[in-house]
This record gives sequence, C-alpha cells and structure tokens, in this order.
Amino acid sequence: MFPSRFEYVAPRSLEEALSTLAGRGDEAKVLAGGQSLIPLLKLRFASPALIVDLNRVPGLSYLEESDGHLRIGALARNRDVVASQTLEAGYPTIAAAAPLVSDPIVRNLGTVAGSLAHADPAGDWGSVMLALGAEVTVRSASGDRTIPVADFLVDTFTTSLEPTEVITEIRVPKPEGSSGGTYLKLERKVGDFATVAVAVQLALDDGRIGRAGIALTAVGPKNIQAIDAERSLAGAEPTPESFQEAARLAADAASPISDVRGSADYKRAVVRTFVQRGLDRALELARAS
Amino acid sequence: MAVTEHEIAGVGHSIKRKEDARFIQGKGTYVDDISLPGMLHMAILRSPLAHARIVSIDAERAQALPGVVAVVTGELLGQHNLAWMPTMSGDTQAVFATDKVRFQGQEVAAVVAEDAYTAHDALELIDVEYDPLPAVVDPKKALEPDAPIIRDDKDDQADNRCYRWETGDKSATDRAFEQADVVVSLDTFYPRCHPSPLETCGIVADVNPVTGKATLHMTSQAPHAHRTVFALVAGLPEQNIQIKTPDIGGGFGNKVPVYPGYVAATAASLLLGKPVKWVEDRSENLISTGFARDYHMHGELAMKRDGTMLALRVHLLSDNGAFFADAQPTKVKAGLFHIVTGSYDLPAAHVSAEGAYTNKAPGGVAYRCSFRVTEASYMIERLVQNAAYELGMDPAELRRKNFIAPDKFPYESVTGFVYDSGNYEAAMDLALEKVGYKELRDEQKRLREDGKLLGIGMASFTEVVGAGPAKDYDILGLKMFDSAELRVHPTGKAILKIGVQTQGQGHETTFAQIVASELGIPPEDILVQYGDTDNVPYGMGTYASRSTPTAGAATAMISRKLRDKAKKIAAHTLEVSEDDLEWETGRFFVKGAPDKAATIQDVAFAAYTNHPEDLEAGLEGSHYYNPPNMTYPFGTYVVVVEIDEGTGEWKVRRVVAVDDCGVRINPMIVEGQLHGGLAEGFAIAAMQLISFDEDGNCIGSNFTDYLLPTSWETPNFETFATVTPSPHHPFGAKGVGESATVGSPAAYVNAVVDALAHLGVRNLEMPVTPARVWEALQEARSGS
Amino acid sequence: MEITVTVNGEKTEADIEPRNLLVHFLREDLRLTGTHVGCDTSHCGACTVLLDGLPVKSCTVLAVQTDGRDVTTVEGLAQNGELHPIQEAFKEEHGLQCGFCTPGMMLTSAALLEQTPDPTEEDIRWALSGNICRCTGYMNIVKAVQWASSKMKAEATDSGS
Repeated sequence: MFPSRFEYVAPRSLEEALSTLAGRGDEAKVLAGGQSLIPLLKLRFASPALIVDLNRVPGLSYLEESDGHLRIGALARNRDVVASQTLEAGYPTIAAAAPLVSDPIVRNLGTVAGSLAHADPAGDWGSVMLALGAEVTVRSASGDRTIPVADFLVDTFTTSLEPTEVITEIRVPKPEGSSGGTYLKLERKVGDFATVAVAVQLALDDGRIGRAGIALTAVGPKNIQAIDAERSLAGAEPTPESFQEAARLAADAASPISDVRGSADYKRAVVRTFVQRGLDRALELARAS
Repeated sequence: MAVTEHEIAGVGHSIKRKEDARFIQGKGTYVDDISLPGMLHMAILRSPLAHARIVSIDAERAQALPGVVAVVTGELLGQHNLAWMPTMSGDTQAVFATDKVRFQGQEVAAVVAEDAYTAHDALELIDVEYDPLPAVVDPKKALEPDAPIIRDDKDDQADNRCYRWETGDKSATDRAFEQADVVVSLDTFYPRCHPSPLETCGIVADVNPVTGKATLHMTSQAPHAHRTVFALVAGLPEQNIQIKTPDIGGGFGNKVPVYPGYVAATAASLLLGKPVKWVEDRSENLISTGFARDYHMHGELAMKRDGTMLALRVHLLSDNGAFFADAQPTKVKAGLFHIVTGSYDLPAAHVSAEGAYTNKAPGGVAYRCSFRVTEASYMIERLVQNAAYELGMDPAELRRKNFIAPDKFPYESVTGFVYDSGNYEAAMDLALEKVGYKELRDEQKRLREDGKLLGIGMASFTEVVGAGPAKDYDILGLKMFDSAELRVHPTGKAILKIGVQTQGQGHETTFAQIVASELGIPPEDILVQYGDTDNVPYGMGTYASRSTPTAGAATAMISRKLRDKAKKIAAHTLEVSEDDLEWETGRFFVKGAPDKAATIQDVAFAAYTNHPEDLEAGLEGSHYYNPPNMTYPFGTYVVVVEIDEGTGEWKVRRVVAVDDCGVRINPMIVEGQLHGGLAEGFAIAAMQLISFDEDGNCIGSNFTDYLLPTSWETPNFETFATVTPSPHHPFGAKGVGESATVGSPAAYVNAVVDALAHLGVRNLEMPVTPARVWEALQEARSGS
Repeated sequence: MEITVTVNGEKTEADIEPRNLLVHFLREDLRLTGTHVGCDTSHCGACTVLLDGLPVKSCTVLAVQTDGRDVTTVEGLAQNGELHPIQEAFKEEHGLQCGFCTPGMMLTSAALLEQTPDPTEEDIRWALSGNICRCTGYMNIVKAVQWASSKMKAEATDSGS
C-alpha cells in the first residue's frame, strides 16, 4: 500500500497553517492523528496535492475544564481521553466511549477532533458530542466560528468545515446537577466499526429528567440525534415506561441499512436495547452523583 | 556415563524452541526482507469487475512513467507460452487474463519498476477497456442451463460444472434409510473464508542472465512441488530452478498453490535479467489467493429410535470460483470429505459432491485442515447434535452410543478409510469431567427457568491426516511420500534436512528431538534445514498435518538406519561382536560390562577416522518414507456460551479441549498449535467471512471487513490430552497442527444452537454473528 | 525532504519523499526488517514500533512526521547485548510460532509494562488488542507478558536492595 505523491508542510504555528490553507485549502488535507487519513492515502481513496500536518503546532493537545466546558484541543489524542482521571465523574459518556474507539495503538495517535472531522457515520465521537450538546470551534485566516455539532455533521464524510478552516477545539458543556451518561457499542471485535452504538446523557432536575441527550452511531448517513426520544424524556419521570418509550422513539429515528453486520430490523432492535440499558445506567450514575 | 532420556530432551519433552532466538530479535528473514542488488519491484493490476471481456489494454502511459522498467501483460506472457498455468486440481488458470476476466481481483497486467511506489503509481496509468458480462455468484444458479458460461476457454466445457464425485454405497444407504425409525437432516453452508496468514504471499525471483539459474525466494509451503510445477510451466530445466523458502509468516494452506504473481515475477526476471520482487498487499491476498471452504451441504442421518445410527447420506455443492484450484490429491474431487462418518460406527454411508465454477477467486485450499476434513467434521458434528434433540437424548450419550469402540481398530469405514487407532469415549469422558458437564446441564436448566440463555456444545471429531500412502495419494502425479537426510559429522554434531516446510510449527526443534530420541544426539547439536530445494531432499511440503506423520517418520527411520550402521562401527572400535552390544540413549555398551561403551559421538568420530574396512565411511544417509496409512487424530471439545438476548451477542465462558494425537514430540508446541487452532475455529465460527454482492464484488477484501479476532475476543482454552499411539507410525505420533481448527467450529456453533435449542432453534449459519442469533431468537419466539 | 530521527538510540539523517510511510523508511532505507507489514488498513499491528515510547502502527505514520523524534523498533529492544525481559519471555512461554507478529507484540507489551508493571490478564488482553496473531491463540502471549512482568519486578527489587 503506497500513497500517491503529495507535498507536505508542517507549520509551526496555527497562523502559518491557516495561511497555507487560505491559499490551497481546496487541494489540501489536514493531518492530525492521521489514523483515518493515512489509510485513505494508502488505499488511494484520497490523493490530496498537499498535506498540512498540524502536529508541530504547539498548544493544541489540551484536555481541560474551564468556563463551564470541557475543552478538547485539536490534537488531544484518544489516548489522552482514556487516561484522563477527571472525565469519569463529570463526563461519564466520554469516559465510556474513549476506550471503545478503534484499538489501543490507533488511540495513541488518533484525535477526537480528527475523528469528528472525518464524519464517518460509524464514528463514535459524533454521537457522544451530539448527546452532550457539544460545539466545535473552527478557525480560518479570517477568524473563528463556533458550530453546534448537530450542524457540524452534515452527511456521510461531510462536515460544514470549510477547506480553509481547521478545528481548534471541541467544547462540551459541563452537565449540570445530577447527571449521568454512557456509551454502548456493539462491535464484532476490537477495531471494528460499530454495528450499532448509542450515546446517552441524562440530567436529573429535582427527581425528574432535565436535559436528555441520545445519539446513535452507524444507523444512518451520519450520527443521528434522537430528538423525539430526547423530548419525550425532558421533564418526565425516570421510569421504566418513559425509558421504554424513549428507546422506541430512538429506534424509530434510526435509518440503518441491512448489511453483513445485520438487518435494518436488527440494528433498530439493538438501538432500542442500548437506549434502554444506557438510560438505566445513566440514571444510576445520576442518582449516585 | 550415558546421558539420560531426560537430559537428551527427545520426544516427549517441552524444550524451548531453537528458532525463537532470531524471531525475538527481529532477525527472521521473510521473503519481503530479502533485498538483492539491482532488484526491481513488481505490482499487479487487477480486474475491478467479476466477469468481463477484455477489449483492450493500453499500457503506453504507464510505460512512459520515469522509473518504470516494463509492463507485463497476458499477451506478453502468451508469447512465452506462460499465459496459462496448471492448478493443483489439474485444471488451468490464467496467469494474466487475455480473453476475459473471471473474478474481481484477477490478475490483468503488472508493472515492473525501480521501486514499489513507482510501480503502484504506474498501475493507475494502465487503461483497460472491459466489456462487462453478467456475473455468476451463486453456485446453484451457475449450474442452471441458461447460466452464462464462465470457462468458455475450455473446449470441453459446455456448462459451469467443474466436477461430480461420489463414494460409499448408495443402495445400502438407501435401504438403511427405508428401515430407519428416525431421520434427521441438516442443510448448512460452510462459508467461504480465507486462511489469512499474517504474512502475505510474495516472491523475489532472481534469474541469472548468464547461467540461466533461477533462484526463487518464495512464500511456499511446498517448495519441491513448486519447483516441479515451475519446470513444467516455464519449461525451465529443473536443475536450474532453486526454490528457497526463508522464514514464512504463517501458511495455513494459503501458501500451497502456485500463484500468478510468482510466475509473472519469474518471467519478468527472466526477460529483464534482474531480480524482481513481488509482495502482495493484504487486499490482494484476500481477493485473489486461495480461499477455503465454500461448501453448501445437505446431510441426513438415519437412526433407530434408541439412537443407533444406521446410515449417513450427504450431498454437497462446492463453489470453486473461476478456476478449479483445490489443492488436493488427484484421486479425489472433494478432498477427504468422505471422512464425514466421523467418530461413529456407521454401517452405511453415501457421499455425493458436485462443484460449480463461479465468478469468484479460485482456491479451495485446506485452511488449517487436511483436504476438506473440516467441512466433513462440521457436518457430522452439527448433525449429531440435532439428532440428539430429535431423539430427546443427551448429545454426549448419543455420541457414546455410536462411537467406534476401541477394540474395533484398525477400523475400516464404509467410505474406505482405515482408522488406525482411537479411544473416543475416553477423550469425551475426560472433556465432560473437566468441564463439569452434569453441573452445567443443571445450571442451564435453572437459567432457562429465569429466561437466561446458556449453551453447551461439543464436538467429538476424528481427522484423517498425513497423506500418503503414495499408492493412493499424489498431487499432480507427485506421490505424497516425504523425506529426511541425516548427516552426523565426525564430532558427533548433525545436520538434518527435511522435505517438509515449517511456517511456524517449530520443525527446527521438534525434528531435532526426534533425532535426539533415536540417536542420542542432543537437540542443540542438531541443525535442521528445510526449504532450499538445492539443499534438502525432495518432499511434498507441509500442509494437511503431514509433517510429523511423513517426514517425522522419515527422520526416525534414517536415524534408525544410521544407528544400525553405528552399531557395526561400535562393535569394530570396541572389538566385540555386534550381538554383544546393547543400545541405550546415546551409547552402545557391551552386555554385562556397561563401562565398556562407545557414545554416539565416539562412533561418529570413528565413522570418519576408524571405520571397519568392509563398511563405507561416514555416518550419513537419507530415507524416503511412504506412510502405510494416514493417521487419525481425534478428541472432544466442549464449549460453553452465554447469550445476551438484547443484542444476540454470545460470549464464550469456557473451552475445554481434549486432544489425542498419539505420542507428542514436544507437548509445549502441541499445545501452542491447539491454542492457535481453537482460536481460528472461534474466528471461523464467529466472524471470518468472504462474501460477494450480486455483481461479484468481494466483501471482505481487507481487515476492515474480513475480521480476525484479537486477544480481547479470543477465549481462554483449557487443553488436556489422552494418548493413543498410532500403531503404524515409527514412534506412534499423529499430525496435530489442524485438529483444533477442524474440530472446534462445530463445538462453538453447537454451543450457541444449544442455548436456543429449547426454543426450537436447530441451525445457525457461520459466521454466527450477533445479528443471526438475534434473528433466530425472534423467529423462535414469534413461532412459539 | 530532509529529516533527522533517532532510531534505536542512533541519530539518523535521511532525505525522503513525504509520502514514504514510516514502515517503509525503517525497512527499506534503514534495512531494519524486523518491523513487518501485515495489512493495509491499520488493523494487524505487525508494523508496531514505539514513537517517543508509545506504540504506533508504523504503516499509518509518515516517515516525515518522525523528524526530531525517537523511534524504537524490535532491533532496539535488547540493550548492551542483553535481551529485554519481554524477548526472553516470548521464548520461555512459547509466545510465538511463525514470528511475524512477534516484534509488534513485544513492543506493545514492553510499552504496557512501562506503564503498568503488574498488569492483570484483562489489562494485557486489552493492551494487545491492536495486534493480531494468527498462530498462538494469544494464550501464551498473555503468559509471556506475565512472565516478563515477574522478571522485571524481581530485577527492580534486586537492583533496589
């Protein structure tokens, strides 16, 4: 497996990277962890004329909490997320998802932002960020903009990121009050793309459900936010019945295709199972928090 | 003092492997590690379509790319009579397609360039115009009268049938079925999978333009056979072909056939006068080289009400792909599938088989199995479990009732095999005891009452491995004997050269242990060589668990021959009569005077310095061993699974494996082989699948889609042994490298089916994905 | 493009094309052939090397990315002529058969033991789940990592006393 020829630059600052992209964004690909991009280059599914390697840009590897957000820098690796001690309590959905992204070696290089930018409908981070109501901050030579993840993910392998822009950080609002969440993934083996996965986030407000976030992986052209399911929970009592109803609505929101991983019916059924299990787990965590 | 058996570390000792030193330091030499001065790199252009006529191939742009040395097409190969080559089943296969392409991934042309990157760049510059034809992907449809003919290159081929074959006694079987109280049947598909050794296939072809000598460094499990095939295909004089197989990164049957890439690289080296390297990538390996299985099977078992088996009837349809390239002995068409009567004393059986050409890759290699024994074992062991459900018997008890009894060996089966030895009940009982079978059945009952699903599956397999005998078994006419040449040097150190080929089995260690036991030379003093056809005696290679049964036997035999000669020399140096000498490991001593002795090292020295006048000098010789029969390893595997009803996922709780492969040369290595086979059996049962869409596009063309289990999914294995020596093997050993891949898939699937059996589920097709389990559950629940 | 990379402790300068994969740079330019290629899609881990101490799949890293960084291959595991305990362990516990996955397995294991000197079986199986072995069924690989862990702990105790 041998990539086609390309030019390569490794800018030392974000400004330098952005000015390169301002001129040649259309023919360039941005390299962060490279764990999706380099395989595409090798298979010659992608043959960009220019690779802009962000890895020499300082100050993008952070994973920190400030101003009511978890801020994930563009070069924060999946490995950093797995290793972070602070996530378990405040962001259990992220903590649950991180070890299920690809395999341990790929996680050493692969980044959260890169995965999101790749916009694979079977990608895990899209669902997690949708369930958490996260935003993506992107920057170009002409300035910053902040995009809700729901608007960032447009279609299969398509985002609203302009060729002149790079993601600088992902901002996850800190869940308020008693909250919990998890990520459940059915994969046939480590490193397999999900057959189905579900991200669930739940906040309790005085015993009732406050905000609920539910998003689905690998059951549509992109990660799907199960909006009707979320709405059915907001303000409801956390009962088996309300969870069951949310699971039903989430399964309805899925639009899976039948393939070697299973039939569409099967995938919908797993969505249902996972949403229900995920909500049970989220509730358990919320009550304990 | 004589060394003890223990000190010698011969047969039966778990000594550490001699070959490991280089591997743990990254100093192995695999084909891709070889780099020769002036070496060029070849890349192959493959068909994107499954079936299409080639209208034109324009390589002008590729040829013009700087760094490109040559473009090789089928037309060019045709000018040298190399456009087609024979397959292992006596069919023909296109080296590079000239008339049409017959499967996706078929070889169409190649670029030879100064480096591999340039070679791949140039592939994109070759313009091929195709005229698409309808693809035939279903073997049943392939045999319908109006199906498009795939092999229109063959004058005598008017349809897509590639063979018909049958064995057993049809009328006796039919009569038995008429008299049966109970008939149980099973339709099942053993899907196409791929051996996928971690190292792909490759070659460095180095044809010397001055001497004409072709040195081919190849990933070959059968270097001698390949040399002969090359001589026949290329018309090169065989003494000028040297096949060298350096370290091989796993084979599992994948490296038995000769592939177009080998031929093309050799032709390129011949034409260009420079060494040419071709190493396929993983996609090429998965879409074009020898696949395995792909058997659609129908089995029926006739029984009395009390569970006594009366007859077995099996029909199979094999999907052979575009060229009939099964690696198998000449006299059979469906390998040794007729071992399908398994471990059971069946009075009658009839097996019929037919094969279809389809627009898929050719292959049909024995993936860690002895020529289709895996499919047979799967069929009978799945069928027996269903029979037990039908009769309301425990599956273990039904097996027990029908096992071939220990006193019936050698046992002649109704399909013509003579089983050498066995004690099936002992192996099964040990497995049941170790797993705690009765307690598990009780637990299963309790859990079912709580709505939880636990399954206990077993397989009591019998294999047939180690072909010859030469009178019955040959490949392309080459008889399936094997060989060993032993040279004991004056200082008592030795070199053993064998005709079989290790791909990780540890021959450098185990074969030295055989010599150690027979001659008393410690393993560390013995260098084992293989895989260089100029240097080692002719042999048929390593596959079908044949190394120990054939070359292992040859090693024992030549050691014994040299020991006989050594005795004459010892008698001469000790100045006694041969009859006065006795042998113990490592030395001859005079009866009644144990201090008067000559060690094997003393004798070796004397063989070159002080041998009797009437005896040839030296202590060297070779033996070609023609096995009188094959060997029949057996065992019982029990698998326990738990099922998540919400997702259909199944998790293995326990795997208990009892194997009987006769005498074990190195128990550590045997266990390692069993672990590997149990893991591959799990992989086949759970996830490994090569499938195709209706246009013949291969799904499973890289490791994203062709799934190999990791350390995380792979269960732990509990391995145990019984020992029933082979009566005809020189030291009682049977082959073992494939037992666990052969026996275990049925055990895994039986376990999952067993978890759902009370709901009426009787079959799940491999790979048993969570989706399939879930669907079976839905169907069962809605039906009840 | 010119790069300077430290491979197995030795500073190496090279002029390479940006598209050159690290694995090809190691194997072809430096002739360190212990690092193997087993797949095209970053699944098998046969090409695993340590990049600044962390296992990465060298088929999914551009060689130019390693400029100024530290790469350890299987050839760099042994120190001063002495095998790394994980190398001994793979032999002792029969953790290899064909040897093709072994370099990657050992490097991942060595990195695990750096981080987690006393791993559980689950830790080991999880850490190795990016490396595929087709021969061993993983059991003896797990045992090998445990063997190395014991040996390294014993050595640490010895040298500490």
